[in-house]
Amino acid sequence: MSRHIISVLVENEAGALSRIAGLFSARGYNIESLTVAPTEDASMSRMTIVTTGSEDVVEQITKQLNKLIEIVKVIDLSEAEHIERELMLIKVRAGLKEREDMKRMADIFRGRIIDVSDNTYTIELTGDGAKLDAFIKSLDQGTIIETVRTGASGIGRGNRVLRV
Amino acid sequence: MDRIKTTTLNGAEIVIRCLQEEGVEFVFGYPGGAVLYIYDELFKQDKVKHVLVRHEQGAVHAADGYSRSSLKTGVALVTSGPGVTNAVTGIATAYMDSIPMVVITGQVPTHAIGLDAFQECDTVGITRPIVKHNMLVKDVKDLASAMKKAFHIATTGRPGPVVVDIPKDVTTATCEFSYPEEISMRSYQPVRKGHAGQIKKAVQLLLEAKRPMVYTGGGVVLSNASGKLKELVQSTGFPCTNTLMGLGAYPATDKQFLGMLGMHGTYEANMAMQHCDVLLAIGARFDDRVIGNPAHFAQNPRKIIHIDIDPSSISKRVKVDVPIVGNIPDVLDEVLRNLKEGKTQDIKAWWKQIEDWRAKDCLKYDRNSKIIKPQFVLEKLYEVTKGDAFITSDVGQHQMWAAQFYKFDKPRRWINSGGLGTMGFGLPAAMGVQMANPGATVACVTGESSIQMCLQELSTCKQYRLPIKIVNLNNRYMGMVRQWQQFFHGNRYSESYMDALPDFVKLAEGYGHRGVLIDKPADVEGALKEAFSKKNELVFLDFITDQAENVYPMIPGGKGITEMILSEEL
Repeated sequence: MSRHIISVLVENEAGALSRIAGLFSARGYNIESLTVAPTEDASMSRMTIVTTGSEDVVEQITKQLNKLIEIVKVIDLSEAEHIERELMLIKVRAGLKEREDMKRMADIFRGRIIDVSDNTYTIELTGDGAKLDAFIKSLDQGTIIETVRTGASGIGRGNRVLRV
Repeated sequence: MDRIKTTTLNGAEIVIRCLQEEGVEFVFGYPGGAVLYIYDELFKQDKVKHVLVRHEQGAVHAADGYSRSSLKTGVALVTSGPGVTNAVTGIATAYMDSIPMVVITGQVPTHAIGLDAFQECDTVGITRPIVKHNMLVKDVKDLASAMKKAFHIATTGRPGPVVVDIPKDVTTATCEFSYPEEISMRSYQPVRKGHAGQIKKAVQLLLEAKRPMVYTGGGVVLSNASGKLKELVQSTGFPCTNTLMGLGAYPATDKQFLGMLGMHGTYEANMAMQHCDVLLAIGARFDDRVIGNPAHFAQNPRKIIHIDIDPSSISKRVKVDVPIVGNIPDVLDEVLRNLKEGKTQDIKAWWKQIEDWRAKDCLKYDRNSKIIKPQFVLEKLYEVTKGDAFITSDVGQHQMWAAQFYKFDKPRRWINSGGLGTMGFGLPAAMGVQMANPGATVACVTGESSIQMCLQELSTCKQYRLPIKIVNLNNRYMGMVRQWQQFFHGNRYSESYMDALPDFVKLAEGYGHRGVLIDKPADVEGALKEAFSKKNELVFLDFITDQAENVYPMIPGGKGITEMILSEEL
């Protein structure tokens, strides 16, 4: 079992997302995260799916995805050098006594405070999943009020591209 | 550029025009609220003929049988809600066997979608996992291209059913109509040619093989490659086996044919599968009913070449050494061309071994029985129809016996639900077969349990004067369920006996057909001859058969391909 990050170009048509999600549930594949948004070409969306499975299962996942009529291209990013990033918004307790510490922690992780209230900060943090996990771990757990993560987006390094 | 002449049509007219453009001869369907305008347009023309079934499941199975037994695409037309849910079993059946089909479904008007309207269901959602593709057409301007796409997708690549869901208001809305001559989709471009390097590797393996085996499935039938398969097998002298779905792709009466393989395959076919050194798999998918336990299958070292149009069928259950993705006839052309440049090995020793296996005569049964043996009926059916009938079947023991005992020499003659295993398939499928092949001999081999699942279609057969011969192997049990209960559940026949069966003779007569009861072995042949001499009549032959008969050989579920239970006769 290993973690794979699969990128998919898909026609921007109603129902395409449920077709893909349905494929994963019908065939018992794992989805750790799934992100989707239109690309520079409005007729197409790009999806990043993070999944875990044996090599055989991941091979089947890419083949089954390719079979879906609306899917234009599929690559397994984790087969080669790639970059992945995830965005997290995290709302933390930041009363008078925590404020400075919290600001320092955000700085160390290169996060940005994007909303401030009397007793909270909302911090924006980007990185790979491990970095976001590390930030959460480094905080006093009692100070975390709310977190929201986008799931990973990925792109190949250098000349490795996914386009039509 | 020439301007294509257009006319303003409403959605219902467009549907019919598209069907006409596609050369559709028959639509199998059942009217209802959401498709009333489409039915109105059907009424106004006579190019596309409608076949009125008695239940939507029957419509889809009939379209399916039509498709399987011809080179044409089956079309079904049903209304929204219950029309669709009734059609679901038929669609799933076609999907599992990769049958090209277009199913047009009515939908509630666009403004009512999502409001739990009368006869509303999420058709696209319900059918999504059982179609090759489906579409909800919300704008009449997209209708013609959706129809074109539907036929294109259904029939190309690995074929399959496509559902086009059309809201009622789209059938009344109008737009300029022109039918697209061609369609190109960047997201859907099935391959045809196989990889030349892979083909060379495959041929090298075939030339070196000392114990070669050719194993082919439904893909050879679907891609109309049986001529090329025959050429390959006969020019190499290799043994060949067909799956349940592939029967008829290679002539069953030829000596190089080892019979069907798999759970109820022949001893020789299963043994040869396990002991070959090079296996050429064509349009088959190593499924659980074919090779049994994949770990057991992998115990013997062998090189596997796998030709299939669908990459996801390759290395799914069994790792292969030389995958070749492509359209089977194209790939076989190349294989044949390359083979001519080399010489195959002497495989006499291998054939000797196969003949020893064959000598077991694994399909033998008690020919002196006082009770009718189902195998005997099928042997006689084969003789009486001179092996030239179209045979549809339902699902269970009778299906396996038909597959074992009717020797199909031609493709598209054996019509059965192999993947989904749908009881109730046989009779409506036979209607489609008869529609596609008027004048041909069509028999539906069934059992008293299966036939009752789509029995209402006897009425359709009457309306369209379909002279189908129903061969009912009546053992008063769900035979295959009973067999499993005998073997694996300590003879506890839980709910597999059917009490209060109808009098099938009277039932057939009630629908306006002829019914015959046969309960003695001596009467079997005469009854079949008599029935098949009636060219314009449906005859329901109710054979009272041995309740205790089992299908042999049998690989128990989860066991290896050579771990067969053989008949007590052995």
